[in-house]
Amino acid sequence: MSEGLVLDTLSHFYGDKAVVREVSLTVAPGELLCLLGPSGCGKTTTLRIAAGLEEVRQGRVTLDGRLVSGDGVHIPPEHRHVGFLFQDYALFPHLNVCGNVEFGLDSLTRPARRQRALDMLAQVGMGDYAGAWPHQLSGGQQQRVGLARALAPQPGLMLLDEPFSGLDKRLRDQIRDETQRVLKANGVATLMVTHDPEEAMFMADRIAIMRDGRVVQMDRPAMLYDRPADAFVAAFFGEVNILTAKVRGTAVDTPLGRFLASDLPDGAAAQVVVRPEGITPRTDAQGAALVRAVRPLGGVTLVQVVVEVPNAPPVELRCRLSGPAIPAEGDRVALDVAADKVFVFPG
Amino acid sequence: MRSPDSLPSRRRLPNPWVVVTLVLCLLVALPVLAVCANLLTPSLDVWRHLAATVLPSYVGNSLLLMLGVGLGVGIGGVGTAWLVTMCRFPGSRVLEWALLLPMAMPAYVVAYTYTGLTDFAGPLQSALRALFGWRSARDYWFPELRSLGGAVWVMTMVLYPYVYILARAAFLEQSVCVLEASRTLGRRPWRAFLEVALPLARPAVAAGIALALMETLNDFGTVHYFAVDTFATGIYRTWMGMGQPVVAGQLGALLMLFVLALILVERLSRGAARSHHTTTRYRSLPRIPLRRARGVLALAFCAAPVALGFAVPAATLAAWSWHSEVTADDFLILAGNSLVLAAVTGALAVTVALVLAYARRLHPSRLVRLAVRLAGLGYAIPGGVIAVGVLVPLTLWDRALSGFLERHFGLSVGLLLTGSIAALVYAYLVRFLAVSANTVEASLAKVTPGMEAAARTLGLGPLATLRRVHAPIIRGSLLSAALLVFVDVMKELPATLIIRPFNFDTLATRTFTLASDERLADAALPALAIVVVGLVPVVLLSRAIARSRPGDSP
Repeated sequence: MSEGLVLDTLSHFYGDKAVVREVSLTVAPGELLCLLGPSGCGKTTTLRIAAGLEEVRQGRVTLDGRLVSGDGVHIPPEHRHVGFLFQDYALFPHLNVCGNVEFGLDSLTRPARRQRALDMLAQVGMGDYAGAWPHQLSGGQQQRVGLARALAPQPGLMLLDEPFSGLDKRLRDQIRDETQRVLKANGVATLMVTHDPEEAMFMADRIAIMRDGRVVQMDRPAMLYDRPADAFVAAFFGEVNILTAKVRGTAVDTPLGRFLASDLPDGAAAQVVVRPEGITPRTDAQGAALVRAVRPLGGVTLVQVVVEVPNAPPVELRCRLSGPAIPAEGDRVALDVAADKVFVFPG
Repeated sequence: MRSPDSLPSRRRLPNPWVVVTLVLCLLVALPVLAVCANLLTPSLDVWRHLAATVLPSYVGNSLLLMLGVGLGVGIGGVGTAWLVTMCRFPGSRVLEWALLLPMAMPAYVVAYTYTGLTDFAGPLQSALRALFGWRSARDYWFPELRSLGGAVWVMTMVLYPYVYILARAAFLEQSVCVLEASRTLGRRPWRAFLEVALPLARPAVAAGIALALMETLNDFGTVHYFAVDTFATGIYRTWMGMGQPVVAGQLGALLMLFVLALILVERLSRGAARSHHTTTRYRSLPRIPLRRARGVLALAFCAAPVALGFAVPAATLAAWSWHSEVTADDFLILAGNSLVLAAVTGALAVTVALVLAYARRLHPSRLVRLAVRLAGLGYAIPGGVIAVGVLVPLTLWDRALSGFLERHFGLSVGLLLTGSIAALVYAYLVRFLAVSANTVEASLAKVTPGMEAAARTLGLGPLATLRRVHAPIIRGSLLSAALLVFVDVMKELPATLIIRPFNFDTLATRTFTLASDERLADAALPALAIVVVGLVPVVLLSRAIARSRPGDSP
């Protein structure tokens, strides 16, 4: 039997509306898997099903080899031994920080409970706040107490529901770092929900991208970026240029050149997705494109170009440059395209 | 840690929370349904007799009473709320909470007090006669308090706070979003108020008037004492005097149509009021300073209801209490009865309300929501109607039970529940459950779904979560919910009169019977006790209002 969490073809409905469709995934102990997708894609519902907060309609959930949901079984959340970190942290306002962390430790003796709570608080850097009350803490501190509380009973599975969305940008990076470190140090299987691709890339060992209740693609972060399964996944990790074309033979012709489309049949409609950093405009009086606008964005520069196409409306493209050779507005440019930043999908 | 797979599946069983909720709601809604069922029972003869004799006066008097009280509380409530919220004049800060004091006064107590003060032998007329040298009642004209007009006056004095509270809250809420906008569009403060704030507060005012009118229909003590024939007195007389429970039920059902109309008005008004919150930001209200004559006029207008609705009757009761012939022993028994009834009902109502509200959170299905709403209906239904609705099914049950026991065991037990304390508590629960339910439900919102889920994932079952997370967080609100019910039970008159066991008296019923026997001074002591207890929630409410000064804090 497999360790960690296994979701086996889960489906869930609210009324007649399917919110989760045939989701299957596994999270191994020590692994951090991110459910990533736009709001309403079913990722939080999947998380709540794993916790037992929602009764599953179809499919099975097994936890460390034990069936906890499905086939007529529903183990309530209090018997699953999972930790849950909430978007609003959900600290109990009537208990102080230490009381919150001790809450899930009923099986221990009082001194052991206290010791474990203080250890956990020290781990998340909140050791000095044991006697403080939740309303006295900042958002970041509440998040850390929430993490300590969820981890204190040593759960076999941690579930994180948008745990950083309430924090401001600068604090978020730091807390993200610390959270990942604590989770890894505890070696717990973790399933985390987020809508922020950068956060998912940063935290996750693997990412499952969800849309309309389905897992569209599940892989290591770098692979999702380099080998997206469709235009939706490609577009999710940043703005892309999308061109439509027809397959001729084994390739497609676009204003950016000819790209191989060996998977698609002759004559099929195709979508060509090009990442902005894959296009490099080079000043060239004979070039096919005209620079419309140049916007320095700090580390990189966004360049908008227009390519004239015979017998068709001109095509607007966005390029992202990090080098020093930046063309000026109104320049005529030639476009160099990096083949590994171009993806051809059925249209 | 128990192994998960050792636990049985719960999926196929009906959820216990849902079952308990539905049973509780059915029990609480039963009297209302029983009254409605009376409409189906034919009793044409008595009905025709009633329709030919007293029904027109019941309907007419009830409508006139509602019209008068509606106008009175509308003008009084909006006027006072407007002045203390929008203007500054001497005493306006104190009046902000003092205007609530008349809420502590049951209307029937005010009615007795003023009757004692203003009748022919009372101090007011005696003083006038002494002053002007009049000899008998023929020498001068004095308004007759014991009339429809007197009832309107008395009820306006104690019911206007319903309008005052809601109108004041509405004015405060609008402060930034609309008043300043209208000022920037060139309106002077007074015109901005008349053209913008007042129309916007209309839903709140309508809701307040609807609540006051529900209380008007519920009132039995005042109209009975003033000998004004309304539905409330009609139901009492038909039940107790004519011994016609079915007809009393039919009168009650007819009265419920009036109430239903008021509920609709109130609901629709609240719905409309909700859409008006365009911003949640608060800033200081542009209060208009009133000086000299205008300030004095404003003070007089706002101080009058406090004086007439609270200070004068309370002082009179206190003075009369010195001469009361109610003995200490007697008083202690009365107070004990009232306290025990009120405490038991308060605790019960809060427990039931907590179970219903929690079940609704756990299983927010349409059925559960409907059942909980049905259970809250009792508050709108006059006490007399609820009494009839409680006694009819209880009598049927008692008859069936005693018949069964007699047939099978040869026992003769008589009517067990009818006319018992249990029946009385049941009626109170039906009537006042909504009071505690509103408070409990609102406070339960303080426990976020996240906290609930956190407790569950940390190993607590639903009941343990309710005990260790919800209960401590909302403890204060539970207490105030119990308190509200407690005070309402202390004041309750019509249902108590109809249901109470033989020879069982509470402070309210003794006040009523003594006053009915024109022993006004003797009635003062129990009446004063009711008022003193009634002051507690008013003081709490005043403090909440004094603390919540959204106009002053960011």
